[in-house]
Amino acid sequence: MAEKLIIKAFGMVAEEIGQSEIWLDSVSNTQELLAILKERYPGLEGMKFSLAVDKELVSENQKIDGAREVALLPPFSGG
Amino acid sequence: MMDRFERQVILREIGTEGQTKLQNASVLLIGLGGLGCPILNYLSAAGVGKIGLVDGDLVSISNLNRQTLYGENHVGELKTDVASRIISKKYSDIKLEVYPFFLNPKNAFEVISQYDLVIDGTDNFPTRYLVNDVCFLLHKPLVFGAIFRHEGQVSVFNLGENACNYRDLFPNPPSSMEVPNCSETGVLGVLPGLIGTLMATESIKVITGYAEALRNRVLFFDSKTYQQYFLDLKPNAVARNLIPKSKKELEQLDYEFLCSGIPIISWEEGLKSSKVQWLDVRESHEMPKLNLNNLIEIPLSEFYDLNQVQFNSDQVFVYCQSGIRSQKAAVKLKDHFPHKEFISIRGGVNAYPKN
Repeated sequence: MAEKLIIKAFGMVAEEIGQSEIWLDSVSNTQELLAILKERYPGLEGMKFSLAVDKELVSENQKIDGAREVALLPPFSGG
Repeated sequence: MMDRFERQVILREIGTEGQTKLQNASVLLIGLGGLGCPILNYLSAAGVGKIGLVDGDLVSISNLNRQTLYGENHVGELKTDVASRIISKKYSDIKLEVYPFFLNPKNAFEVISQYDLVIDGTDNFPTRYLVNDVCFLLHKPLVFGAIFRHEGQVSVFNLGENACNYRDLFPNPPSSMEVPNCSETGVLGVLPGLIGTLMATESIKVITGYAEALRNRVLFFDSKTYQQYFLDLKPNAVARNLIPKSKKELEQLDYEFLCSGIPIISWEEGLKSSKVQWLDVRESHEMPKLNLNNLIEIPLSEFYDLNQVQFNSDQVFVYCQSGIRSQKAAVKLKDHFPHKEFISIRGGVNAYPKN
């Protein structure tokens, strides 16, 4: 059975998703993951956030085979 | 002999050496809001010798749930005035400098260069990116913290070799449309208290070498669950390229504009498009005039009355002489005509292709 992947969401992204953690069936790469998330949560389209696979930022499409966790990290401006 | 700092001097990792470092430190605190209040309280209590206070804002009644330096009796006063009065009354040995204005690309270098450590307690993206870029160019350690509703982020930038900065985390500024601020979303008063206290802790770590600062790591903290998430940062070459290369280049940048979500394109890209409207925002005496299809002229000095203006295309390409005023104009126009797309032309008429 394929490993499950935990998605940790922060700030506005968590609000859009409605919770700060969701589990997904394994996804092969970050592009595919974003497509799935944006289809499920259309509000994520146009929202700015960084993406980290197992606590390391990724800037391009990256394989997430075998990864345990992906974090969706939006910037905060408040002070 | 007992003194004010006895309880921290007897900490082995601080000692008299650490206390001397605090006494000799000069720290610039940018923003005297929810984050700035606890930071100032704790750093002045810890014996930091010199603190610069930057904020152009006045105390308002809606600040009081979280900005605990101020009370009802301070409403309407400059935050820098109130804060420096309160702190200098408490501690006779502290040197405070006040900068009762907001930082911008023209004044930021001058202020920041006079300090050893910078703390970003601001509440908006244009200033955060400005402070980050200036600190990067000046190699100044920067303690960063930011909040959103019940969450916070903390990190330390530009500390030591191969150090990361805010651009490595978020390369491009988001527009204010994409991320609302506290005044729009609400915040529990204790959240900036918690995050500001973490920032003060990081500052003391940087100054004294106590424990390990959050260098190349970012803490994400959730005050509802107390969950923490640590992200490791690495220098990102692409993001570094977005930082201006020099003081001169930075001074030409409009950070408000960077966060406005308005695109900039070159003449070459612009001239390829059809069905657009061109807008010249130069004053009528500025030369040479360009011969473009579907061109209108509205000098920036006449922007106070935009109600008379009509555009016949959904896409408007805005230009001026050098590409700076067209950015300001595009921001104002976008405000007034939110359903049209305004694009600024890089370099203005000075960069217009010769043939």
